[in-house]
Amino acid sequence: MANILVYALHYDGAINKNSLGAVSEGAKLAAELGGEAHAILLGENVPEDLAASLGKYGAKKVLVAEGPEGLAQPLVDAMARAIADGGYSYALFGGGLLGFEIGAGLAARLGAGVAMEVTAVRAEGGELIAERPILGDSAISEIKYRSNVGIIISRLNAFEIKETGGGDAPVERLDFELSQHALQATMVTRGEQRGADVDIEGASILIAGGRGLGKAEGFQLCEELAGAFGGNSAVAATRAVVDAGWYPYAAQIGQTGKTVAPKLYLAAGISGAIQHKVGMQGSENIVAINKDANAPIFEFSDLGVVGDLNKILPKLTEAVKAKKAS
Amino acid sequence: MKICVLVKEVPDAAVEKRIDSSTGRMDRSGEKNLNPYDTHAIEAAMQIREGGVVPVEEIVAVTMGPDSAVRALHKAVSLGADRSVHLSDQVVAGSDVAATGYALAKTLQRESPDLVLLGQQSDDGECYTIGAVVAEYLGMPSLTQVIKMDIDSDSLRCERQAEYGYDTVQIKMPAVISVGDAINEPRYPSLKAIMGAKKKPLDTVTAADVSIDASKVGGENSGAQWVAAKAPPAKAAGEIIEDEDTGETVEKIVAWLDERKLI
Ligand SMILES: Cc1cc2nc3c(=O)[nH]c(=O)nc-3n(C[C@H](O)[C@H](O)[C@H](O)COP(=O)(O)OP(=O)(O)OC[C@H]3O[C@@H](n4cnc5c(N)ncnc54)[C@H](O)[C@@H]3O)c2cc1C
Repeated sequence: MANILVYALHYDGAINKNSLGAVSEGAKLAAELGGEAHAILLGENVPEDLAASLGKYGAKKVLVAEGPEGLAQPLVDAMARAIADGGYSYALFGGGLLGFEIGAGLAARLGAGVAMEVTAVRAEGGELIAERPILGDSAISEIKYRSNVGIIISRLNAFEIKETGGGDAPVERLDFELSQHALQATMVTRGEQRGADVDIEGASILIAGGRGLGKAEGFQLCEELAGAFGGNSAVAATRAVVDAGWYPYAAQIGQTGKTVAPKLYLAAGISGAIQHKVGMQGSENIVAINKDANAPIFEFSDLGVVGDLNKILPKLTEAVKAKKAS
Repeated sequence: MKICVLVKEVPDAAVEKRIDSSTGRMDRSGEKNLNPYDTHAIEAAMQIREGGVVPVEEIVAVTMGPDSAVRALHKAVSLGADRSVHLSDQVVAGSDVAATGYALAKTLQRESPDLVLLGQQSDDGECYTIGAVVAEYLGMPSLTQVIKMDIDSDSLRCERQAEYGYDTVQIKMPAVISVGDAINEPRYPSLKAIMGAKKKPLDTVTAADVSIDASKVGGENSGAQWVAAKAPPAKAAGEIIEDEDTGETVEKIVAWLDERKLI
């Protein structure tokens, strides 16, 4: 039977939005293949109602496995067990980080084909075809599967969350055994928030800074510009500068940070890596300042300024202030 | 302990990336260099050695690829690896992620490493999961995108950013760890190290030498099959301003923003 097994990531009592998107998409695709989408959750005492709630997004059954949260290999064990029990032709993952690790590990365990960064999937002739952008998003390749099970790992925000009107789904316990190597990793602390708890999600103007700011103090240039815009503006950051401790994690945009869609996204000293782009490409207006004319960010900005941010940002701040005052 | 570092040659960033329309695969011809992300993995190995908490007998660079991949190995050796291993065989050409991970795992198995390190992603294929594949084939625990790693006798305390913030994970060795580029600042090789790199032992092995099952590798045996390529939906090109006179540049930006009522 052409069923689809969808991984659902949960944390702190809520299902991850990208997983809800994946369950919704899985339900749609499974219907087209004449099968069902089932979701799988793994954790310590996963609440029954949380699991059952996936029925609203189209899951016909939810498997719940007991095991350590936040690590990939226990899920490889659990999903391999579920797949061995039969009925699944595809495993589907929403965008994120854990899903990438689980999907890749599962591909190895099953000797299955895997496509990553998938932005769209369609059913055709009883099988699924995955679309995966390549070469810095300048082309899209289409991938089919020869293996018994095909593994599809989507890009962040690739799938829309859709409530299909169904009620709670039946929840089933999955019995499985942790492999020897899965027992060698233990979570010490999870989800630590580094830096101040800033709120950027409601801002209509975001001034984002990256490694091109040169040092932590470089963020002052962004803060001053945001201040000049005033009102509903805030400062955002890339993973590179958050990892470096220059700016709080709460302000990070991208694959392992926030997804935003402000009226204006002004990026200074940001190269425009895919993992950053996926968190901000929905912005209404994108302005980029970068000294490298070949920076990928210019491929998806509405206004690109090739130049040194240290020269441009201070003057721009003054000019915006003057404009506001006039 | 023995550390193996997986490295890869990638097209130089300056060279335009292309897709070969006859195979749908990346055209990997043209100028090549060591994947810049891999230099962080070599540096991490060097820092473990220099840290002295656990004695490191050997750091071995391992790659799979065509003849030209030797250059990436030389670079890895100039950055500190003691020797290198090159899996070079027609049968592995065209392998997908899972098949590549299998072939690398078989090559690593012969070395019996205590720790396998690799970079956060490859600069060409935009893939950041090969570590998870290799780990599964080796039956070792693994973690990707690690930006801090403290070693004690038989385990690693690793930190990385995941979906909900920073995680700290304790991992028993042997293990496979992919490191993020924030983990360290790779050193530059000395001229002496560059000159000496070609003299360090380089072991070239075939698929048969490392007991790779040929029916599990190569384009024909890969589970993911490329069927077509197409252009992405066309998007209107953005305006570009080259900053020559900053006063003028800023005026143009403000006018652009004002037109869209963003100020
Ligand atoms: C699994 C995974 C998840 C990830 N998640 C995220 C995520 O959530 N968010 C994220 O942002 N990234 C993420 N990344 C990292 C991402 O791939 C990039 O490494 C990162 O976005 C780069 O940040 P950056 O643009 O600040 O730095 P860089 O790529 O180093 O770019 C700096 C830019 O500044 C420019 N510059 C330098 N000096 C100046 C100057 N004086 N004036 C103007 N321009 C200048 C340079 O030309 C360059 O383009 C992830 C990666 C992986 C593998």
